[in-house]
Amino acid sequence: MELYQLTAEQLSAMLAKKECSSEELTRSVLNRIEQKDGEIGAYLTVCGEEALKKAAEVDAKRAAGENLHPLAGIPVGIKDNICTRGIRTTCASRMLENFVPPYDAFVMEKLHQADAVILGKLNMDEFAMGSSTENSYFQKTKNPFDLDRVPGGSSGGSAAAVSSGEAVLTLGSDTGGSIRQPASFCGVVGLKPTYSAVSRYGLVAFASSLDQIGPMGRSVKDTAMMFQAICGRDPHDATSAVHDYPDYTANWNTDVKGLRIGLPKEYFGDGISAEVRESVMKMAEELKNRGAELVEGSLPSTDYALAAYYIIACAEASSNLARYDGVRYGYRAKEFANLTEMYEKSRSEGFGAEVKRRIMLGTYVLSSGYYDAYYKKAKFTQIRIQEEFAKAFDSCDLLLTPTVPETSFRIGENIDDQIKMYMNDILTVTVNIAGLPGISVPCGFDGKGLPIGAQLIGPKFSEGTLFRCAAGWEEICGGFDLSRTLA
Amino acid sequence: MNQDYEIVVGLEVHAELNTESKIYCSCRNAFGREVNTLCCPVCMGMPGTLPTLNEKVVEYAAKMGYALNCTINPISKQDRKNYFYPDLPKAYQISQFDIPLCENGYLDVWVNGGEKRIGITRIHIEEDAGKLIHDDSFTGTLVDFNRCGVPLIEIVSEPDIRSSAEAKAYLDTIKSILEYINISDCKMQEGSIRCDINVSVHKKGEPFGTRVEMKNVNTFSGAVRAIEYEANRQIEVLENGGMISQETRRWDDLKGQNFLLRSKEDAQDYRYFPEPDLMTIVLEQDYLDSIKASIPELPNKKKARYIKEMGLPEEDASLLVETKEKADFFEQILEGASIKPKSAANWVLGDVSRLMNETNKPIFELGIVPTKLAEIIAMLEQGKISSSAGKQVFEEMLKTGKEPAVLVKELGLEQVSDTGALQEIVDAVLANNQKSIDDYRGGKTNALGFLVGQCMKASKGKGNPALMKEMLLKVLEG
Repeated sequence: MELYQLTAEQLSAMLAKKECSSEELTRSVLNRIEQKDGEIGAYLTVCGEEALKKAAEVDAKRAAGENLHPLAGIPVGIKDNICTRGIRTTCASRMLENFVPPYDAFVMEKLHQADAVILGKLNMDEFAMGSSTENSYFQKTKNPFDLDRVPGGSSGGSAAAVSSGEAVLTLGSDTGGSIRQPASFCGVVGLKPTYSAVSRYGLVAFASSLDQIGPMGRSVKDTAMMFQAICGRDPHDATSAVHDYPDYTANWNTDVKGLRIGLPKEYFGDGISAEVRESVMKMAEELKNRGAELVEGSLPSTDYALAAYYIIACAEASSNLARYDGVRYGYRAKEFANLTEMYEKSRSEGFGAEVKRRIMLGTYVLSSGYYDAYYKKAKFTQIRIQEEFAKAFDSCDLLLTPTVPETSFRIGENIDDQIKMYMNDILTVTVNIAGLPGISVPCGFDGKGLPIGAQLIGPKFSEGTLFRCAAGWEEICGGFDLSRTLA
Repeated sequence: MNQDYEIVVGLEVHAELNTESKIYCSCRNAFGREVNTLCCPVCMGMPGTLPTLNEKVVEYAAKMGYALNCTINPISKQDRKNYFYPDLPKAYQISQFDIPLCENGYLDVWVNGGEKRIGITRIHIEEDAGKLIHDDSFTGTLVDFNRCGVPLIEIVSEPDIRSSAEAKAYLDTIKSILEYINISDCKMQEGSIRCDINVSVHKKGEPFGTRVEMKNVNTFSGAVRAIEYEANRQIEVLENGGMISQETRRWDDLKGQNFLLRSKEDAQDYRYFPEPDLMTIVLEQDYLDSIKASIPELPNKKKARYIKEMGLPEEDASLLVETKEKADFFEQILEGASIKPKSAANWVLGDVSRLMNETNKPIFELGIVPTKLAEIIAMLEQGKISSSAGKQVFEEMLKTGKEPAVLVKELGLEQVSDTGALQEIVDAVLANNQKSIDDYRGGKTNALGFLVGQCMKASKGKGNPALMKEMLLKVLEG
């Protein structure tokens, strides 16, 4: 067993017992990156030297008998839309190819406080817009289970890195499924926390009212450890919640007995592949066998969710991305005759097709005369969806659904079919629209050997319940099988 | 102006608030610093940064709301106004769109000897943009972001203003209120108050005309010129059979003209939508009550009090309340002193104002202690010194800072009111001026003035003129 193959939980214990050093562990993961990333393409920036330096520092602290955080010395990778002071933060866009933030995101401060070792920055769809990581300006990331296939997106690099042992844990961001969908495609665990649980300060905004940073790991407990480290009130994010978060790992409970698990019928209907449906239903039955109660449910407005999501997300994106104008930082066209031309050329050349498509959609839906028809209606739909979830949680503790209708697709397969690409998000966007926490856990493999993900959704701040059910399942199925990708 | 027409004016006043820090970050809010030294990733709109609302801004804006008799919305929200410009780093300005902080107020202003009520549509909070710098020393344009995120309130009036004089009175009153409640420095030369002006004209008795918006008006006198220019321009167009088109024009104060900026067709679509990075502003009633209670007496009310309770002429009252400092100074003179308000007013509007003009200093930096000035006024009113001696004491007090009573003694200016001593002077003057006595008795009453003057001269300016006049009359009439 190589160190890079172990979980954060195992490694944390080994580090504490000095069975290995952070430097050894970090070298193991950096070697793995060196060997593997040529074919996977998860990283945009690897900070090997800095990582080793940090690891040595943590080892020294440990040697000095300091009381350390469970994540101390654990090598982690960061999605490239999370600002890292002094480290290029590109959002996988030509626009920010050379952007080095002079500040850290709140989550980075938290990880530094925890003494985590930062490995580098992970590939993604440009500005987190996409479901395959094919929209990166720089490179395509491959699914570690099948190099001809996509890792999902937009946090494709984060998912692939964890899956292939190129990081013990990673951070992604999820606006409409961007953590859960790639977690599902790559056979790992991904949590989209309750909106407001994790500060967005330093997360390059896509859709401010939907974006959340979240952890990805190879086990539920690893994911919980990372979430514990990054959640909490940040005065620099006005939308950050004041909430008393429990100590998830200290109160770890894998007993699913008595959990009422809702199965909303709209999430198992047409468009969901038979293999995916069967796999999730099998998981439901197993949970029932262990004492969980299955409850049939319905979320009738689900059909409208995708449309509402794309309207709200694109509207906010059109405004959030307007700052990339070539004036202060980022890409500026080489030649232009006047200010307007500088704007037009810089933005035309600096943004990729999908980003431009969403900016145009968003600009349109906010335009005078269309605001009421689109944006306002989408906001009403949002309220409806929130109410339906609230009602659903009257009769169950959490919901179980597939994460994605299908397993990973081939690179290039959906690139010209936007609707098909957008349909990837159909089971995940509702969670963002309602501001709820959702976790994707592996629940099986399809006939091609590709991982299938199951999504658990709970009320606001019910991450503890999600962990309990997900970890219960993990126990039932004997752990998530990454033997192929970690080999 | 053509008397057949009536002007309709609505004003949008932007005032920078004098909070310590900016509206959405902790950068200092100050003017005149080295370029790009008062900015941070937040006000520079760097990727991933987020705004957090400075609560002082809400407090200040609510103060203005109460001062202008508005309803303060206990729940209001912030919105994004989207447009591209190099001085706007996020490419949107955080402002308030459909639910502003304050609504439905009014302001009573004194104009042409009477009171005029002007409706206030709304007051909302927003952030200022940076400044573009053009200079011959380099090609291209530079941007100074120091002003980015400086808090602003926008005060929007109803189209209730009917002349440039009313507009001037409105603007002057707004400015003095901002100063009274101390929420803005109101330095016109630093651009801390700016206004946009909506003007339309119509023939009397006919419906309102099409309005034209004028931007870039940076002084109140400029506002007067801009309104008059635009009204005359519109009347001329109409008189020549033309039509007014809804458009935005830029006022050029140097040229005294305005120029088309954009027509209605080119009007920008700001794509307002609720700012998702900020929470709804929710204000508790207790908080609002405490803000309301903190509003001092405002200039328009002060003025009414000066006129009604102190018996001051309207002109004096207007001048005294022009700035809070002047009114405070005036009231500090009166405080605890038993002197006539009119005497104090004369001093403030006379010698004190003259000194302000000469030295270009604010009233409280002239070196005049109001209570000492009150002593001089009291000595004058009690006849202890003559008016010329009063001025002399005032000047000496400025130079030396000595107590007025001490100066009167040192300079030997104490007025002689001892009737025995004065009678001797009066008798001597009468003895030497038989002709004037005859003149007076012959009906030339101004001979009395001459005789008083002679007595003053004989007393070396120290004799109490009123007393000596009385004594003279006793003899002349007797």
